[in-house]
Amino acid sequence: MKNFKFLTIAFLSLFLTTACSSDDDNSSIPTPINEEEIITTVTVTLTPEGGGTEIILQKQDLDGDGPNAPTVDVSGDLVAGTTYNAVIELLNETENPAENITEEVEEESDEHQFFYTIGGDLDVTTTYTSFDSNGNPLGTEFTLEAGAASNGTLTFTLRHEPTKPNTGLSDAGGETDIEATFSVSIQ
Amino acid sequence: MRLFFISLLFISSQIAISQNCENTITGKVIDQHDSTILIDAKVTVLETKQIALTNFQGEFSISGLCNRTYTIEVYHAFCDSKTYTIAVSGDIDKTFRLEHHLEELNEIILEGKSVEKKSNTTLENKISKEDIDRNSAKSLGDVLNNISGVSSLNTGNTIVKPIINGLHSSRVVVMNDGLRMEDQDWGSEHAPNIDINAIDNITVIKGASALQYSGNAIGGIIITENAKTPVKDSLYGKTIITGATNGRGGSITSQLTKSFKSGWYGKVQGSTKRFGDFNAPDYNLSNTGVFEHSFSLRGGVNKFNSGIEAYYSLYKVKTGILRASHLGGAQDQVRAINSQEPLYIEDFTYNLDAPYQDVTHHLARIKAFKKLENIGTLNFQYGFQQNNRLEFDVRRGDDKDKASLDLKLNTHTLLLDLDSKISSTTKLKLGLTGQYQTNFADPSTGVRRLIPDYDKYNAGIYAVLDKKINNQLLFEIGARFDYTYLDALKFYRTSFWESRDYDTIFQDIVIDGDFGNQVLANPKLNFYNPSATAGLTYQFKDDYKLLFNYSLASRAPNPSELFSEGLHHSASRIEYGDLQFNSETANKVSLTLQRESNNFSFSINPYVNFIKDFIVIEPVEIQQTIRGNFQVWEYRQTNARLLGVDVNSAFNLTNNFQFKNQFSLVKGKDTALDEALINMPAASTKNAIIYNNKKLNNLYLKLESEYVFRQNEYPDNNFEVFVAETETTEIVDISTPPDAYHLLSFNSSADFKLSNKTSLTVGFDVSNIFNTSYRNYLNRTRFYADDLGRNFLINLKINY
Repeated sequence: MKNFKFLTIAFLSLFLTTACSSDDDNSSIPTPINEEEIITTVTVTLTPEGGGTEIILQKQDLDGDGPNAPTVDVSGDLVAGTTYNAVIELLNETENPAENITEEVEEESDEHQFFYTIGGDLDVTTTYTSFDSNGNPLGTEFTLEAGAASNGTLTFTLRHEPTKPNTGLSDAGGETDIEATFSVSIQ
Repeated sequence: MRLFFISLLFISSQIAISQNCENTITGKVIDQHDSTILIDAKVTVLETKQIALTNFQGEFSISGLCNRTYTIEVYHAFCDSKTYTIAVSGDIDKTFRLEHHLEELNEIILEGKSVEKKSNTTLENKISKEDIDRNSAKSLGDVLNNISGVSSLNTGNTIVKPIINGLHSSRVVVMNDGLRMEDQDWGSEHAPNIDINAIDNITVIKGASALQYSGNAIGGIIITENAKTPVKDSLYGKTIITGATNGRGGSITSQLTKSFKSGWYGKVQGSTKRFGDFNAPDYNLSNTGVFEHSFSLRGGVNKFNSGIEAYYSLYKVKTGILRASHLGGAQDQVRAINSQEPLYIEDFTYNLDAPYQDVTHHLARIKAFKKLENIGTLNFQYGFQQNNRLEFDVRRGDDKDKASLDLKLNTHTLLLDLDSKISSTTKLKLGLTGQYQTNFADPSTGVRRLIPDYDKYNAGIYAVLDKKINNQLLFEIGARFDYTYLDALKFYRTSFWESRDYDTIFQDIVIDGDFGNQVLANPKLNFYNPSATAGLTYQFKDDYKLLFNYSLASRAPNPSELFSEGLHHSASRIEYGDLQFNSETANKVSLTLQRESNNFSFSINPYVNFIKDFIVIEPVEIQQTIRGNFQVWEYRQTNARLLGVDVNSAFNLTNNFQFKNQFSLVKGKDTALDEALINMPAASTKNAIIYNNKKLNNLYLKLESEYVFRQNEYPDNNFEVFVAETETTEIVDISTPPDAYHLLSFNSSADFKLSNKTSLTVGFDVSNIFNTSYRNYLNRTRFYADDLGRNFLINLKINY
């Protein structure tokens, strides 16, 4: 019987303490998390062979999966008949200094692959120049030959854990880590 | 004692010579404690070896007795038998009182009679220990699926979340032997963390009428219980081994109970279950295996007037999630949905890779009761639960082996309850509950917290009264009030914070707005939730019963509904909660007509549930990210109406053959938008023919057909997405339900006595006999793969 009395008192006192605790301020502030894996920025730098103006294609989404839409930027038009050496750079700009994700992708080259999709009438051809440890395309670097004057789109898709080797996006599988479409003109 | 018998026998046989022997003894066997009738009690006249069993009213009759003194032994399963000396002279009527304790194992007493009612005016659906044992390798959700009106929301076939009358997650409360499970039930891919082998029976109440457990069970309550240990010297146990072809695995579970006449007892139980990849009829379902362990320990003392028990259980499960269901964005979704087969099909393996879940649930409790004279029974319970949920996604670089979600939920619960009998016809239940809960989201995942750190306090008070007006009519009424205080610390993305105007509405709760692109806020929320119930039970024409119940339930929004903000990987969508939600309130009316008789039994249970401020998640827009497009799903409050009926019937064709039918239908409507609710179970019907012969090794054969209709009422949430590689715009069909399907299954079992105390039950089952390819509307992986193919299962149970 004595035990029950004690338990009843203990029980009721819990109610009292909880009722009073609502004004307490939280003393411990949780650690903020800046996502390490997030890719905020894709920059494709096209350098003409033999000199000329660099063309930069950039898609940037600083709030990641947040509600703000990404910005897409193309620095200029391609020059007809020119071959460009292209490099793709991936950044996480939520960190300071920005983290270079391209390095991670290159370290896990056999689990990644970039695909280049040409849309509209754009007259370009692309060739992979970077490869994974098995000799299959990785695509962080490539060459682009601009043909005759035309307009269209250029889409860069990065797949994580695709089937390798493959014949293209249709049988690559995997998950899309990046999808960036740019409107491009050749003059 | 024995000497006494012998002398008695001796004396009585002396008198027994040449007398008129046409006397009849009639009577009743009842429980000494609460006067409940005891069915199937064995009454033996030792001198004449005449035996009678008590009927459903607890009555028996033995005739042909002479005018003399007899020794009568009265026995009931797990009661200590009692002997009486009765002097017979003419017909006599006698009531025998036994010290009865709820039976344990081996012997099956007719269900429902020996277990206390949870709710007097709503239909209770029970699953017996036999059925649990038969399904030893399955999950709680699978077993509950056998009840009409209960279905499940599945992720693959190992994460099975019960749906009661169309509602699930936070709207369904799971009570684990008196303690409410706190296992992060807000997630639609979080199954209850209970091993069915650790429990003895399950009761489902479709509705919130059992207020002693909870006031917010808008869908219903699942009550799992452990049988009481008999008060006598014994040692017994059982082991069940199951092997199955689909998944190439099985389970083993074992338990041992020791009890003493003094009331002390102890029980230990452990299980392990392992399956590799399951398979659909045409392909392997890669990464769908499961590895589960459970362990529990119980000990205590049970006296007539008081008792105390300590209990600890550990449940640990690692569950693979279909690899093909993990997607990047809408473009990936189009590919996966349009593909006839899953995009990942690897060879069979037992290995589990990302994505998978790894959940550990600890539960420890102490409960005690004390009978206070003229007041009633006082029950006390303290429980501690820790739920640690790890979810692993397909990740890159150094984070590869790191969990993407790591939540630790600690819950302390206190319950105090008084059960009193005010008069012979009136019972009153009063109770207080208190709960403190704290959630910690580990930042080392490197992924923004899905659920923030929070502290939650809850206090509740309730009273339930039932009154027997006459032998036919019973009236029940109850009320409950819960107060909840939630104190959270959450980092919001600045862009989201501003897009919702939270920067003006909630500027007071910002602690620090300077974390780069994040804002730290400290929401403190109060919820006041009243609930009530009223009902009637009317018994007529001996075997008919009419039950009517009205219940008011109210539920505070859960953390996911309040705080979600970001990408939900397993659903491939962005989800947003709302800090401004208030509680949802349900008004449910249910009616049951029931007939229980020997040759034809049935129950018809129509119901309607009106829910105000029903919280529903639905797609609102497409959001562009660097990974492509994602659909945005936002929680919203609306008004809903659920209308349905559950029907059960059983015909005994002959002594051995039985035909059973089940049918359930539920229609859910968003009354504000005049649109169907998403994820409502499709109508379904089950028909079974059962052969059972108790004389032939208790042979049991069952052939069951299950037909699930196509869900024709659903909201259209399809959207369009531009696919760059084909330069086309494609529709992402995430709405259209799959076709109707029909499955046939076979179950069988037989008992063999190995020795005096050991028995063996052998079971053999086949499910999906025709290896039918089908998809279930309520399976979250239905977009990507077919459901399970044919499965053969062998089940061995040894009782000792």
